[in-house]
Amino acid sequence: MGIFSKIKAAIKKTADAISYKLNKLFTGGVLSDEFYDELESILLSSDIGAETTDSILESLKEQIDKKHIRTTDEVKSELHSIMFDLLDFEVPEYEYPLVIMIAGVNGVGKTTSIGKLANMFKKQGHKVLIAAGDTFRAAAADQLTIWADRAGVRIVKQHEGADAASVVFDAIQSAKTKGEDVILIDTAGRLHNKVNLMEELKKINRIIDKNFEQAMRVNYIVLDATTGQNAISQVSLFNEAIDIDGIILTKLDGTAKGGVVFAIAGEEEVPVIYVGTGESIDDIERFSPEIFVDSIING
Amino acid sequence: MATFSSLGEKLKHVFSKITSRGKLDEYEIKQTMREIRIALLEADVNFNVVKDFIAKVSEKAKGEEITKSITPGQQIVKIVNDELTELMGSRNSKLEISSNPPTIIMMCGLQGAGKTTMCGKLGAMLKKQGKNPLLVACDIYRPAAIDQLKVVGKNAGLTVFERGTQKVVKTAEQGVAEAKKNGFDVVIIDTAGRLHINEELMNELIDVKKAVKPTEILLTVDAMTGQDAVTVATSFNEKLDISGVILTKLDGDTRGGAALSIRQVTGKPIKFCGTGEKVGDLEPFYPDRMAGRILGMGDIVSLVEKAQENMDEEAMKKMEKRVKNATFTLDDFLVQFEQLKKMGGVGAVMQMMPGMGKFNISDKDIDEKKIDRFKAIICSMTMEEREHCEIIKSSRRQRIAKGSGATIQEVNALLKQYEQTKEMMKRFKNNKGRFPF
Repeated sequence: MGIFSKIKAAIKKTADAISYKLNKLFTGGVLSDEFYDELESILLSSDIGAETTDSILESLKEQIDKKHIRTTDEVKSELHSIMFDLLDFEVPEYEYPLVIMIAGVNGVGKTTSIGKLANMFKKQGHKVLIAAGDTFRAAAADQLTIWADRAGVRIVKQHEGADAASVVFDAIQSAKTKGEDVILIDTAGRLHNKVNLMEELKKINRIIDKNFEQAMRVNYIVLDATTGQNAISQVSLFNEAIDIDGIILTKLDGTAKGGVVFAIAGEEEVPVIYVGTGESIDDIERFSPEIFVDSIING
Repeated sequence: MATFSSLGEKLKHVFSKITSRGKLDEYEIKQTMREIRIALLEADVNFNVVKDFIAKVSEKAKGEEITKSITPGQQIVKIVNDELTELMGSRNSKLEISSNPPTIIMMCGLQGAGKTTMCGKLGAMLKKQGKNPLLVACDIYRPAAIDQLKVVGKNAGLTVFERGTQKVVKTAEQGVAEAKKNGFDVVIIDTAGRLHINEELMNELIDVKKAVKPTEILLTVDAMTGQDAVTVATSFNEKLDISGVILTKLDGDTRGGAALSIRQVTGKPIKFCGTGEKVGDLEPFYPDRMAGRILGMGDIVSLVEKAQENMDEEAMKKMEKRVKNATFTLDDFLVQFEQLKKMGGVGAVMQMMPGMGKFNISDKDIDEKKIDRFKAIICSMTMEEREHCEIIKSSRRQRIAKGSGATIQEVNALLKQYEQTKEMMKRFKNNKGRFPF
């Protein structure tokens, strides 16, 4: 149920509903407690977090006062614009050759996202190479190979337990020879608080820099939309290690809203670039703040 | 297991404001509850659960008990602690074992929660307890999921039953028949990750349930899950009537509020937690201890148990003897490092020590690589040097540094730490000598 249907439902309860509630809502220029609570629960239930929710509602109150907003429609569009602004980033265009490294904690959907990206770039007419840098998880390279086959792109891999950095090195040399202009690098899932594993990631990052200077470098973190406030810590620590350029927000086809990205946008200034919306190879879309905010406010 | 410590820190901060005062008025209670509310929300406890919790605690805090109490702050700590414990279930619940084998465990959950890894861990744990488990591969959707289970099974020394991508119900039934035929007394069924709103796939699970009648249906949930944990757990529970929950990835820095929410909305117990990528990284879930940890009271009981389980008895006995004879050598020091690592690292151990919470030591701060460095240094010493460290003078130090790829400073640091530990061991001598750290 969307926010306004909820409000409507609440309003119906009183006899002289609309005028009474609206009066109460905007007397003194502030939101009534009830209305405020309603908005708050919508934001909180989307994983926006207590602090960010507070600051969004504070700005809303300010704007309502300043602009003498009186109708619920106006409140709605004001809230929409506040939230939209938080997520609206200028993202640089891709240049080729392009190397995209995909990192993230375990089980967020890194391998699947790579399969989808490979397919997307190929459809755009690029030659794509996948580097199977997850040499840790059982059968990770097998899983990635199936995705590479589906997308119809080449994959460079080694045996399980191999040095991930060496896989990446091989992939870069191989792409240079064969003329692939997009390299997608899979990495093993790692919890962001494990020092050793983050060091390994830094090493892979250095290897790419050193061996492919002319390529555009992009590092994406994959976030599971189901994740709560811990996502902030994930982005923060990955960002510290390898400079994250953007987020791939996965599993948005469930009931989770992924609202934690508001806090991340504020604290880490990392934008969402793509969203994953299903299990098939085409289920990846460019992130639209417009649609995203809509889905939170209107349910 | 660094779980919840941040929540504990937050609450401690709140309480420190109260404990310094004599009496509490309603305004102060309100302020306190506000901060507890924010702490719980930032810990990902579902906002409805938080609402109820705050209402309950406020009511109790306003009641008579608080005014009668000498230190109202402590009283609130107790109320919060009691309520948290109650919220998480009041005691640890064990895995149900069928009196008519095989015991059938069905795993379910969202994609990426860690089901396949958990199958291996559960299997390994049961094997350690003398059971003979069979893993059954029923994830026919995710690419290479069956291969993954095979590798996981192989690493844990377990047999894996698979029938490729044939219908899941059929594979499950055949797996159970296989177990009966070949004397496996536990069957662990790995299923594909699925969204709780995917009716077709949820029906598949219902069909498997009908076909094999599992003893346990365990919902695997990522401890980092946010507000949606409630929706997910409710759906799975409504469709399957789950018997319990397993929380995974608790070795991260998540505050794990999802644990509270799930327990509250399903009423089902959390039975285990996954705390790492190794096959032994599985722990029972103790709700009361967890509540204690939230409040920063440490978790010494868990620590001791973990130590007993993971420490190599043989090595420890040998060490005990050496401690008694005061011949604790660098070799023994090396053994200690190994033991520490098995227990989940320095950070994990520190988190469980009472009073250590406030230092906020985590794996992030204590680099386990350092332990590996120390190991390398000791390994670069001769046998004689390891037995009699006093002979290690500057030229030997230089050689050891070179041999291990370390700096002289690191060699010195190690030797100093060894001397300190040796001192500690001497003092420990009269103290039964079981647990030096």
